[in-house]
Amino acid sequence: MGEENQFDAIVVGAGPAGLACSYLLAKAGKAVLVIERGDAPGAKNVTGGRIYSYALNLLDKDLVDDVAWERKVSHEEIMIINGKRSITMDYHDPSLTEGDESTQSYTILRAVFDQWMADKAEEMGAMVVCGIRVDDMIQREGKVVGVIAGEDEMYAEIVIAADGVNSLMAQKAGLIPDIKKETVGVGVKEVIDLPAKTIEERFKLSQNEGSARMILGCTQGIHGGGFLYTNRESISLGCVFMPQEIVQHGIQIHDIFQELKMHPAIYRLIQDGETVEYSAHLVSEAGFQGMPARLYKEGLLLVGDSAGLVINTGYSIRGMDLALLSGIAAARAILGETDLSQIGPAYLAELEKICLLPTMRLSVGYNQLLEIPRIYSNYPQLAIGVMQRLYQVDGQIPQNFKKQVMEAINESGLTVWQMLKDGLKGVRSI
Amino acid sequence: MSIRIMEAAELLSLNKFNIDEEQAHIVLDKEICSRCQDKPCLLVCPAALYRLDKNGDISFDYAGCLECGTCRVMCINRGIIKWEYPRGTFGISYRYG
Repeated sequence: MGEENQFDAIVVGAGPAGLACSYLLAKAGKAVLVIERGDAPGAKNVTGGRIYSYALNLLDKDLVDDVAWERKVSHEEIMIINGKRSITMDYHDPSLTEGDESTQSYTILRAVFDQWMADKAEEMGAMVVCGIRVDDMIQREGKVVGVIAGEDEMYAEIVIAADGVNSLMAQKAGLIPDIKKETVGVGVKEVIDLPAKTIEERFKLSQNEGSARMILGCTQGIHGGGFLYTNRESISLGCVFMPQEIVQHGIQIHDIFQELKMHPAIYRLIQDGETVEYSAHLVSEAGFQGMPARLYKEGLLLVGDSAGLVINTGYSIRGMDLALLSGIAAARAILGETDLSQIGPAYLAELEKICLLPTMRLSVGYNQLLEIPRIYSNYPQLAIGVMQRLYQVDGQIPQNFKKQVMEAINESGLTVWQMLKDGLKGVRSI
Repeated sequence: MSIRIMEAAELLSLNKFNIDEEQAHIVLDKEICSRCQDKPCLLVCPAALYRLDKNGDISFDYAGCLECGTCRVMCINRGIIKWEYPRGTFGISYRYG
């Protein structure tokens, strides 16, 4: 620590990325200050959502035993909606709730989870201060040397921007321009209270089991999708949209989401429940291409959502595990590099080593696939149309299967040629 | 209370807010907004806080803001002349998140 430096590290934002970094730095004996603008860790944060346990395991094996999780996901579900009809595919693996902690995933609520992580970081000696908004960074000769909050100036050898998707820190440091509207989705969510027993009955879960569901076809054709996660005594139901398409379609976000709630196949899962919170948050949708060209400048590292670390494959969404990985990589770089000017490059090397950057690069194809607009309207309609014909027995002479499928294709507005092109694009991109 | 379609205002009333009465964290330039043909804010705000008043002008109430930042990203004509996070402890406080 230099003479004028009050801290070895200042972390802006008490989310998983910032707290993972703080935890490891404090554990190694560094003086760490975490500054959070909310009145408690997690107060400004929203997830779908679930977190993958391997990343917590990597942070510290001892942590995994008492994670503040809601349920362990053993049901992976995909739901396709068209009109009032729906198809739900439920992949169940009971072994996912027992044994190997490094391949599980947990549903969580952020106000609970982030507070738990902050407690753990504090146990290691980090100082977590809430209710303070960092207004700017202090820069000298192009180096970040501290932060400004109100009238206070605080100095550290390194500042970690863990301030989320709308990272004003990264923007002020000149590492990212203003967010481009094509690169983010807006997510909305209701948390709906229900007794644990009701949730277990409706989703066919044993006591600790949970389900994670992605919903396609519920966005009125807009690039986006729904999600549903079971918590211990509540359900997180939400929807993510590309805001640009919301404007093109001339529909209000709130209205589409309320309609999803009332869909017959969704309603029966949440009925008699009580909505206890309504939340909204931006989520990076551009994968690797949405990442800032530079993840550091001297004295500053970007971690988690500030670094655009989200992967959406269509069947699963990863963000919080990547946030943890980036926090771990940042801590390793800081602890392993004595030359302050080399921490940034060391951070990139650690991101490679921890498999984060290679994983992000693989996400490029998925984004191309998810850009096919037909995924959000025509294909769900086709899937439902085929099912409808397959199961309809009305005493008439049945048509052969091929003819029924062709009928469903025509009805969905697709052409065989278009489907071949999309299929080829799909195979090529993933 | 069972599940039903709820107005945005009713949903917001379920949340915990600590409203900063002294300082608005989002400020609009009414003149720019009145010239804006697109008005994306009317559609993209999840809390539906941007509305047209009877004169056709945008009215906005920062009190129920969920701080998502969508309006900031979508405001192409830059009628939002200030967008900051609320001062420390103010604004939305998620109890679940």
